Amino acid sequence: MITAPALAHYLVLGAILFAIAMAGIFLNRKNVIILLMAIELMLLAVNMNFIAFSSFMDDMAGQVFVFFILTVAAAESAIGLAILVLLFRNVGTINVEDLDRLKG
Amino acid sequence: MTHALLPVLPEAVLLAAACTVLLLDLFLPPSRRHWSFWLTQATLLACAAITVATAELQPLHAFGGLVVDDMLSDFLKLLSCVAVSTMLFYSRGYLAVRGLFRGEVLVLTMLALLGMMVMISAASFLTLYLGLELLALCLYSMVAMHRTSNAASEAAMKYFVLGALASGMLLYGMSMVYGATGSLDIHRIARVIHAGQGNGTVLLFGLVFVVSGIAFKLGAVPYHMWVPDVYHGAPTAVTLLIGTAPKLAAFALTLRLLGVALAGLEFDWQGMLIVLSLLSMVLGNVTAIAQTNIKRMLAYSTIANMGFMLLGFLAANLAGYSAAMFYVVAYVLTSLASFGVVMLLAREGFEADRIEDFRGLNQRSPWWAFIMLLVMFSLAGVPPTLGFYAKFAVIEAAVGAGFIWLAVAAVLASLVGAFYYLRVVKVMYFEDAVDTTPIVARGDNRALLSANGLALLLFGILPQPLMGLCVVALAQSGFL
Repeated sequence: MITAPALAHYLVLGAILFAIAMAGIFLNRKNVIILLMAIELMLLAVNMNFIAFSSFMDDMAGQVFVFFILTVAAAESAIGLAILVLLFRNVGTINVEDLDRLKG
Repeated sequence: MTHALLPVLPEAVLLAAACTVLLLDLFLPPSRRHWSFWLTQATLLACAAITVATAELQPLHAFGGLVVDDMLSDFLKLLSCVAVSTMLFYSRGYLAVRGLFRGEVLVLTMLALLGMMVMISAASFLTLYLGLELLALCLYSMVAMHRTSNAASEAAMKYFVLGALASGMLLYGMSMVYGATGSLDIHRIARVIHAGQGNGTVLLFGLVFVVSGIAFKLGAVPYHMWVPDVYHGAPTAVTLLIGTAPKLAAFALTLRLLGVALAGLEFDWQGMLIVLSLLSMVLGNVTAIAQTNIKRMLAYSTIANMGFMLLGFLAANLAGYSAAMFYVVAYVLTSLASFGVVMLLAREGFEADRIEDFRGLNQRSPWWAFIMLLVMFSLAGVPPTLGFYAKFAVIEAAVGAGFIWLAVAAVLASLVGAFYYLRVVKVMYFEDAVDTTPIVARGDNRALLSANGLALLLFGILPQPLMGLCVVALAQSGFL
């Protein structure tokens, strides 16, 4: 017999996605593009939470919030990629370890 | 009978003017760029005037409870307009010699201010988040504005990644609070928590992420990594913007989230803020000693100052909140003048961002050395400057709430801090000038910077009116 997933299942999925995104940001030492992907994944984890809560509580506000997050995420990645292009043009690398000019 | 749009009139005017300047600037030749500049300044003046004219004693909710127009938001919006306008006057010459004085800077500054204003008067998680992102996205692109500078693009990348991470954590916390209470409206969340209906475990889980997100945005230790790099790498004009008005908005964000929505979890977040505050005060002040770059030194000073602000905040009563608010206002005024002097000394091909660049400033110009002296005394908390009373008020609030050991730690941390602030004074007054280039600046910049420096002294001697305004604004907005 198949039962419908409970709220907890969705929340665990959200938490796993969030943890993968965190690991992607903190463990990644190679490529800035992976950082941008991890940031997107983190926002998707949040969206998963909002939709699950919204659906189980029968409250539309959470789903409306998700639309705003999606829109902002699009603007954010546009700016992130623009900065990435600028960085590559100036420094000639997008290796995370090479971003060490500013320190102290 | 007030019109439903009245509470957001300043924001509406600002948005319309930002679009106008964006369009107008396309058709203006570079020699007429000052038209856009003065139009921007006129808009900021109009926004400030509308904010004052539509100020009401009672909180006014609009857009189905998404925004609130109370005395707190009016006061903070007015100060943000003043801070941004001052920032534009200070940075005009600096930007012009670097070829950065373009319409984009003005438009992005206005949109950043719009984000701050939305954040300041937000009454729902949705508006808080949108305001925060509008502010952050404008700041990321302004840091990267100096297109040929390696340091600026590296700083922009770091700011972007860590800023997005902070927003993600804040959002994750918000989603948990939403799940536990069933609402996005901060007042309704407060009521649900107060009635003890929320799911306690989920709520606490959310609170941890919300506090982490706030700490990231404030730049409190251990979430401070971005502050020194961004302050150092960004053009000084942008550093000035990041270091001033957004702190007012960040204070409003902290107050709306912790002081209103999650007020029922006071004992839980107090513990977290104690750790953040103590670590920020100690680490900020100790690390600042080792800096040779004044922008980096001021960045660590910001970290320490945010620790002091949280010290007042964690008292979680009217006295504590108003002391924290006074502290932020004092910090913004001081910070404006500090970066203002750095930009005054900068010229083409010379940033004046090392402490040794201030060598013998007294010989070159006794007046600007005196203004910088006031700034450093105010940051160090030497009476009778503004910074002294600000530090006194937050420490008094902490003692009043029973955190005596924390207050002692704060006093010791500010003693350590006095060392590096006074070192700048020593360099200015007791060393010989190497660089004797005359200091040139526009008249409006000089007048405003002088007034800014003297205000630190004036409000230091007479802090009561400003403190009274903070208390009244908070009391009228429901923090009793």
